[in-house]
Amino acid sequence: MILQAIAFYLLAATTIGAGLCVVSAKNPVHSVLFLITAFFSAAGLFVLLGAEFLAMLLVVVYVGAVAVLFLFVVMMLDIDFTALRQGFARYLPIGGLIAGVLTVEMVVVAASVAGRGASARSVGPIAGAGGVPNTEAIGRVLYTDYVYVFQAAGLVLLVAMIGAIVLTLKHRPGVKRQSIAAQVARTPAAGMHTVSIRPGQALEP
Amino acid sequence: MTIGLDHYLAVAAILFTIGVLGIFVNRKNVIVILMSIELILLAVNINLVAFSVFLHDVVGQIYAMIVLTVAAAESAVGLAILVTFFRNRGDIAVDDASVMRG
Repeated sequence: MILQAIAFYLLAATTIGAGLCVVSAKNPVHSVLFLITAFFSAAGLFVLLGAEFLAMLLVVVYVGAVAVLFLFVVMMLDIDFTALRQGFARYLPIGGLIAGVLTVEMVVVAASVAGRGASARSVGPIAGAGGVPNTEAIGRVLYTDYVYVFQAAGLVLLVAMIGAIVLTLKHRPGVKRQSIAAQVARTPAAGMHTVSIRPGQALEP
Repeated sequence: MTIGLDHYLAVAAILFTIGVLGIFVNRKNVIVILMSIELILLAVNINLVAFSVFLHDVVGQIYAMIVLTVAAAESAVGLAILVTFFRNRGDIAVDDASVMRG
């Protein structure tokens, strides 16, 4: 139990510290790297809770896809980041004040809620109900009772993919592109013509 | 020394406010704002998973997956908008992006 507590405090401190570095780092590339750290240690917290499948999903989706996407955009765009940090010191006092109030409020609410209701009688995290592994338990629920939610998530991803492609697609003028319809619609009459050449005469272009 | 639900909720609350603070202090930098939104959604996920585990109900993890999906879609579309914005203006300062204001 003491080892679990040490692991929790270590992972929680890493998550929060990395989160603070994300919002305060001067270089956005460092921000992205700290975001990866935050997500990785949050995945560790999930493992500690017994939600292994979601932990691995977090690593795959965030560290593997979203963080790389952020890195691509940060490095691809040629941006003067010092100009974008102008308001940092100006907004820090009011932002810190609001964040402090928000933290105190939410921690107080969380501490009071956690001691009540069904969660208070819970003895602690147990991996899966009735000896079923976490992944199997998720699969049993996800593909039966929540199959429409699952399909809706797929639809959200499809729409996001199409939206991202449509937004970033750029039509340059003067670039020759293949047009299948034009190729198929081409007839012998349109594609060639016959020329009659008399003997001894050259073909004029 | 036992780690209860309130510990996880406290971590999620602190992470959420870090995200909100990031939106406040980096008002010009859209990339960091998007990363702050990711942090906020991560805090939501920690809340969902913690409640799911301590209530012995796996449905919370299903909703955590939905939040994960929406976060991934949101960041993809947000970064696509950012790339288009940069192409059109050569800059990503969002406080200048008020051309559509009526």
